[in-house]
Amino acid sequence: MSEPVAVIYKIEQAEKGTSLWQDAWIRLRKNTMALFGLGVILLLCIIALLTPFIAPYGYEEQNLLLGAVPPSTEHWLGTDIFGRDMLTRIMYGSRVSLMVGFIATGVALIIGVLWGTIAGFAGGRVDAVMMRLVDILYALPFMIFIVLLMVVFGRNILLLFLAIGAVEWLTMARIVRGQVLSLRRQEFIEAAISLGLSRWTIIRRHLIPNTLGPVIVYTTLTIPSVMLLEAFLSFLGLGIQPPQSSWGLLISYGVETMEEYPWLLLFPGLTLSITLFALNFLGDGLRDALDVRSSKD
Amino acid sequence: MYNKKKRGKTLLFTALFTLLIIELTGCSSGENNVTTGNREGILHWGNGTDPQELDPHIVTGIPEHHILTALLEGLVAKNPATLEPIPAVAKTWQISDDGKTYTFQLRRNAVWSNGDPVTARDFAWSWWRALQPALGNQYAYMLFPIKNSEAYAKGEIDDFSQVGVKVIDNHTLKVELTHATPYFLQLLDHYSMFPVHRATIEKFGKPDERGSLWTRPGNFVGNGPFTLKEWQLFKRVTVIKNPNYWDADKVKLNGINFHPIENVTTEERMFRSGQLHHTASIPIDKVAVYKKDKPHQLLTHPYLGNYFYRINTKLPHLSDKRVRRALAMSINSQQITEQVTKGGEVPAHTFTPPDTLGYTAKSAFEFNPEKARELLAEAGYPNGKNFPVTELLYNTSEGHRKIAVAIQQMWNQYLGVNIILNNQDWKVYLDSVTNGDYSIARAGWIGDYVDPNTFLDMWVKDGGNNGTGWSNPRYDELILKLAPKTKDRNERYKLMAEAEAILLEDMPIIPIYIYNSKSLVHPSLKGLQPNILNYVLYKNLSLDPSLSGVKLN
Amino acid sequence: MFRFILSRLLQAIPVLLVVITATFFLVRAAPGGPFSAEKAVPPEVIKALEAQYKLDQPMWQQYVSYLNDLAHGDFGPSFRYPGRTVDELISGGLPITAELALYAMLVALIIGVSAGVFAALKPNTPQDYVPMSAAMVGICMPSFLMGPLLVLIFGIWLEWLPVSGWGDLPGDKILPAITLGSGYAAFLARLSRGGMLEIMSQDYIRTARAKGLPEWVVVLKHGLRGGLIPVVAFLGPAFAGLLSGSFVVETIFQIPGLGRFYVQAAFNRDYTMILGTTVFFATLIILFNLLSDIIAVWINPKLRHQIQEGQ
Repeated sequence: MSEPVAVIYKIEQAEKGTSLWQDAWIRLRKNTMALFGLGVILLLCIIALLTPFIAPYGYEEQNLLLGAVPPSTEHWLGTDIFGRDMLTRIMYGSRVSLMVGFIATGVALIIGVLWGTIAGFAGGRVDAVMMRLVDILYALPFMIFIVLLMVVFGRNILLLFLAIGAVEWLTMARIVRGQVLSLRRQEFIEAAISLGLSRWTIIRRHLIPNTLGPVIVYTTLTIPSVMLLEAFLSFLGLGIQPPQSSWGLLISYGVETMEEYPWLLLFPGLTLSITLFALNFLGDGLRDALDVRSSKD
Repeated sequence: MYNKKKRGKTLLFTALFTLLIIELTGCSSGENNVTTGNREGILHWGNGTDPQELDPHIVTGIPEHHILTALLEGLVAKNPATLEPIPAVAKTWQISDDGKTYTFQLRRNAVWSNGDPVTARDFAWSWWRALQPALGNQYAYMLFPIKNSEAYAKGEIDDFSQVGVKVIDNHTLKVELTHATPYFLQLLDHYSMFPVHRATIEKFGKPDERGSLWTRPGNFVGNGPFTLKEWQLFKRVTVIKNPNYWDADKVKLNGINFHPIENVTTEERMFRSGQLHHTASIPIDKVAVYKKDKPHQLLTHPYLGNYFYRINTKLPHLSDKRVRRALAMSINSQQITEQVTKGGEVPAHTFTPPDTLGYTAKSAFEFNPEKARELLAEAGYPNGKNFPVTELLYNTSEGHRKIAVAIQQMWNQYLGVNIILNNQDWKVYLDSVTNGDYSIARAGWIGDYVDPNTFLDMWVKDGGNNGTGWSNPRYDELILKLAPKTKDRNERYKLMAEAEAILLEDMPIIPIYIYNSKSLVHPSLKGLQPNILNYVLYKNLSLDPSLSGVKLN
Repeated sequence: MFRFILSRLLQAIPVLLVVITATFFLVRAAPGGPFSAEKAVPPEVIKALEAQYKLDQPMWQQYVSYLNDLAHGDFGPSFRYPGRTVDELISGGLPITAELALYAMLVALIIGVSAGVFAALKPNTPQDYVPMSAAMVGICMPSFLMGPLLVLIFGIWLEWLPVSGWGDLPGDKILPAITLGSGYAAFLARLSRGGMLEIMSQDYIRTARAKGLPEWVVVLKHGLRGGLIPVVAFLGPAFAGLLSGSFVVETIFQIPGLGRFYVQAAFNRDYTMILGTTVFFATLIILFNLLSDIIAVWINPKLRHQIQEGQ
């Protein structure tokens, strides 16, 4: 294929938005690891949804006299220092963690990608102003911001998303902008411009799909850090409150007693790890499946 | 061109990498602080949060208290075993028959670390300084038993000669009090009553200037058994033996390293790897482990403080005494101390810790869920029906969270009431409590001195530390008018017991447990005598090098 | 290039001004003053303290005089440490935190980039899965877990390394550097793998291969240049993040660095210290973001033209 033909091919392929996603799905289906990842995530979501019906105990049910006991037939994953069933608490925790992980990351993703693409594509003053705004938000003292949020609005799970979203989209925007800057000078974008496509169409059809690779990778990295950030914010008092639980909180409690009651750290840690591995395989699969260029091999 | 650039980059990376390896590894000597310290007579002391200042008239915390008792000395000290007053700068003293006049004879060999003699004038000047409003001394109230000192501190009189401190001669100091204050001698070794070296302070600034450089190493002049050698924020404060101290022969240590360690897990691990002789605390879940495997390294003893919940009596549903009593009677505090706090704390049924200098209040409530339910039903909430959702506030901390989680469940289980937990960062929490912007809030109170007064005078109407909105005229009369005027100890305690009974009957607060001090002590550290004030007389401590090798791990 | 840097530096002035202004009013809006304490502080003492630190003046007056002091390089006195200036505290903690961040960054770069590139060479094989799984573990493990775990293993059980300290005992810098660096190493591994895969499928790489160049030359000479662009974009904020986010590691390992001062200041409402550290970190963030943009241009010639045209 000679250069101009390749460019036109790319434009055509990107124009037909549906075929890109259909193509991707076909390729994703061939990737067993990615399918496995997808399966695990779906399973976790189903368990999280059904938790109130299938959990063996109540998440707040205490048995102080029992205290922390290692896994047994009665409590498969052991109990915490209040004698609460760990399996139940991890199941209930998944509701919070998955929701925070996906929603907050989703918010960060949308804002970050749009912001970065627009800044990178517009260039000049618009770019400068937009990116300096990012710098300002980076620099503000996060903890004071949290305290103020709490005081002004009270405890609210929505605030948690807001607080997390407010910090997580910044790096995303920077990465996307960098990517767009390097794409902007490539032939197919210039061709699209000379063909007279509108800016919005170029952004939507050409730029965003081509930044998806790094964006997906960064997203799979953001989900775990968002889940852990939730634990930190909950600890500060912004997020969920005891007796509710989340994976991040369970892990942070587990750290304190890792020598005495290792199962309190091990099981929530394992759950989070499995989720991340699954997300990771899925993310890699998606990245490969969406990669227009590698498909031509 | 390309190669040159690349070589440059490679070189840079190689250099950085080599630097990294050299910096990170170094050669290993392997001797820990305890071994070195035992050989050189240096004590390594875990000291909690980072000290703010070393000016005795500015500081407010316990870590500062520990360092200052090593650096300075008041008129009298305490016997750490009995907490009875023992001579310090004052060799002898007399108390007048009405208990209102104290005359101190200062020892002639007491000198500052620079050789200047410590005189009665130094004390009078120091106390004058401690009362200066511009200095912002938060503990100025420790001096208030002295006649007219409160009026002077508040600017009501501006003639210090009216304050009851008289220098008779260089070595005699006479102090007049407003009332016979039986615990006055105890106050004398609180840091706000420590002497400071006038010439040094005036050299570095005005007497009432906050944070002049006089407290820095090299500038600091003290009269205690140790002098300041090094002060690095967040790292350590090092003090070394003061050869000019009047009792220097009895001081066995050559120096103390105070390590500011905020993270208890880190502190325990430092102890376990032989970096500390003594820790400020111990992680809750480690207590059982030490009790079982290394009981001789664990030191626990009662501490003069009460862990309790404040109730906002201004709220409609909590203004009912029966509701408050129901809440109190459905807390199984024994289970909390045994299963949650686990450090040998004693469940509290009174506010003043039992046997505070011979005073024990009558216990006024007990764990009784049946009775609690009845009371709640009487108040109009049978089985917790219609009981408003109530918030339990605590400041952000693992320990408070655990207790709150347990109590939330108890209230829910025994009373059927719905409680939500709310934690706030320390400063926000203080603001909420001060402004009455809470329903039920966690609190703690550590006595300033050993006398029921330090626990009871806070609950008078509009007392700065009350915060519950509760008051009772008879209570105020007993605490503010009758008790201070009563000279006889038993009579006075009777009045206080009557007051405490009123407090516990009305229950604007729910006592949960009496604090316990918990720390880890290396076996080579000798001479530590535990007491309810956690008071340490550093000159009594010594280190035994033969025990350096005790297995810690 | 010079004009680009100059214009970015000029843009930094309004950015800093906005940051200062926002922080100045934010911290004062937060409840709980710097002088509140557990035992109630008498009102006359609070008044004396507020007068001393000029907190009794009208807000705008405080703001103007703060800006004025700042313009003269004076960050003001700390509220928590009487007698210490914010300048003194920052210059005390900075070298330590900077050293820690530098080591952590080197750890992250060396481990992260090599693992990522190595994995990208043979995607979807064990050579890919093993380093990438290790990277995932690194991401899963926040420093509040990684630190205590490393201390437990290497400090307590094996007794190879000190459990705490910074420059006191030989080898006490290893665990903090690894703890702080590992999370970033994992990120870098993922980013560089992604970037490399992207680049290795580009036409010019294929051209290079077709020319018969050895694979390692293709990877190092042509691949790394483009493949590391996402890494470079990440480096600027990452280094600033290492500096300002080191407080967990500093607390775990008893390191007297800037991160602890920053967090402690926020908790203590030490207004001037919060402002001082924020201004300081903001400057760092701006500089490092600029630096990472410059490096991005340097390794990607395409961007160079763009900047020259665009400005």
